[in-house]
Amino acid sequence: MVVEGLLYTKDHEWAKVEGDVVTMGITDYAQEQLGELVFVELPQVGKQLVARKEIAVVESSKAAGDVYSPVTGTVTEVNSELGTKPELINEDCYKSGWICKLQVTDKKSLDNLMNAKKYQEYLDTL
Amino acid sequence: MPFIPHTEQQQRQMLAEIGLTMDGLFADIPADLKARSFHLPAGLSEMEVRNRLAELAGKNSVDLTLFLGGGFYDHFIPSAVYSIISRSEFYTAYTPYQPELSQGTLQAIYEYQSGICRLTDMEVSNASLYDGGTAMYEAMMMAMRITGRNKVIIDDSVHPIYRVMIHSHTQNLPVDLNETHCTNGLANRAEILDRLDDQTAAIIVQNPNFFGCIDDFTDLAKAAHEKGALLLVSCYPISLGILKTPGAMGADIVTGEGQSLGMPMSFGGPYLGFMAARKEHVRKMPGRVVGETTDREGRRVFVLTLQAREQHIRRDKATSNICSNEALCALTALVYLALLGKEGLKETAQRCADKASYAYQRLTAIKGVEPHFKARWFFNEFVLDLPCEAADVIARLIEKGFATGFPLSRYYKGMENSMLICVTEKRTRQEIGMLAEAVESVL
Repeated sequence: MVVEGLLYTKDHEWAKVEGDVVTMGITDYAQEQLGELVFVELPQVGKQLVARKEIAVVESSKAAGDVYSPVTGTVTEVNSELGTKPELINEDCYKSGWICKLQVTDKKSLDNLMNAKKYQEYLDTL
Repeated sequence: MPFIPHTEQQQRQMLAEIGLTMDGLFADIPADLKARSFHLPAGLSEMEVRNRLAELAGKNSVDLTLFLGGGFYDHFIPSAVYSIISRSEFYTAYTPYQPELSQGTLQAIYEYQSGICRLTDMEVSNASLYDGGTAMYEAMMMAMRITGRNKVIIDDSVHPIYRVMIHSHTQNLPVDLNETHCTNGLANRAEILDRLDDQTAAIIVQNPNFFGCIDDFTDLAKAAHEKGALLLVSCYPISLGILKTPGAMGADIVTGEGQSLGMPMSFGGPYLGFMAARKEHVRKMPGRVVGETTDREGRRVFVLTLQAREQHIRRDKATSNICSNEALCALTALVYLALLGKEGLKETAQRCADKASYAYQRLTAIKGVEPHFKARWFFNEFVLDLPCEAADVIARLIEKGFATGFPLSRYYKGMENSMLICVTEKRTRQEIGMLAEAVESVL
């Protein structure tokens, strides 16, 4: 499932842009590939990242995967509910399963993201 | 018959493919490390081999009375330890990846982990590592992962071999290793606190330390935590029968050499590295971890858990490249601990301390023999200063049937006349008396 209005990366992260703030998480495709999540390692608030740098780790009973920041920015908020309920990502990856919010410091880093149509086309090639 | 799978022709083909000669392929290996020749002597019959090996083994001094410690200890091992661990169900068990047919091995590891946690007063333990030194190195790397920092402070009262191992493991890694210098037998508080800052990942100390002195690191745990750093404590498991535990001091990761828990002293091992930590850090811990769960019929069962930390899943981002454990040694430690029980361990530790105390009194009563550290508590090892070079005295005592002490000049400058003496529960009052007489006679 791909949601309209969000931006996407080839590593299967989604980004919701609201002004200078980006909310991010992993896509439905990613959560399905991983299976039931058992742990999410969240970044620290205040952490500065360039786009495509590791921002979080998601762990299922059979695999662990790095999550990369879709944009260049500073972490302003994390979804601490994932600490006790990592399954929120499986249940609703685009809403209650969000991972963190970033203050974008380099707007150009948004240019490399795909829209929903392009991401769907990309998924079709996999 | 040569046990080489590929023919000369295949070798030539492979070399041609990559455009190298055989010498070129191994060019990175320094010439002095290359074998000069592969011409081995002709084979021997079984009888000739046995005779030859018996002749070589005969050169070992196996009947010396041991007053030698320094990280490895001569404790009594009940015969039941060997009887139990040598059962084929345990002895031949392999990696327990399939819980449905490895319940015995998994339960043994789980109980070992429980034993280590109770001993150290920590919340989680892994299934074991190779030895005390690698366990300390792994704990250091774990602290760096937890804190995201790379500065480490280690006091030189930590076992010198462990420090050598840490140096060699980290020489090509971005680790800022800071060594502080022990003062009058204890970890150097002033130097450690001076180096401690908000870039520090860990302070590494040992109790009892290499000189046998007992310390309480509660102050260091507090200071480390105030800076967001961790306190790593290496310990001697038998001593925990009577000493304050690292957990009670506020340590974050505890490691140590488990040889004293039922394993003989043996050059090259196999030995047992143990590691325990606070629960919040379990996902950063290296090594296998066995957990308890229930199967679909509600029975209590055991499985390898938190495997996403490990190499077979996490690949290059695993918490460690050690994906094995010392299962048989861990089992030995578990069986030993279970046979001794809580009171037995306490009694063993107390006897070590009492006998060491008696030996200390007897030896320091000899003219010219002085305690190296003034007014220091020790567990079962202590440092004596002699009127001459310790290495000479030790050599002369071997002739008299005693393996007495460790010459500290091997690792510490200015300690040419100092030797480290160890007394375990195995040493008798009579043996201690004979040692005192022997020391007096060779001075």
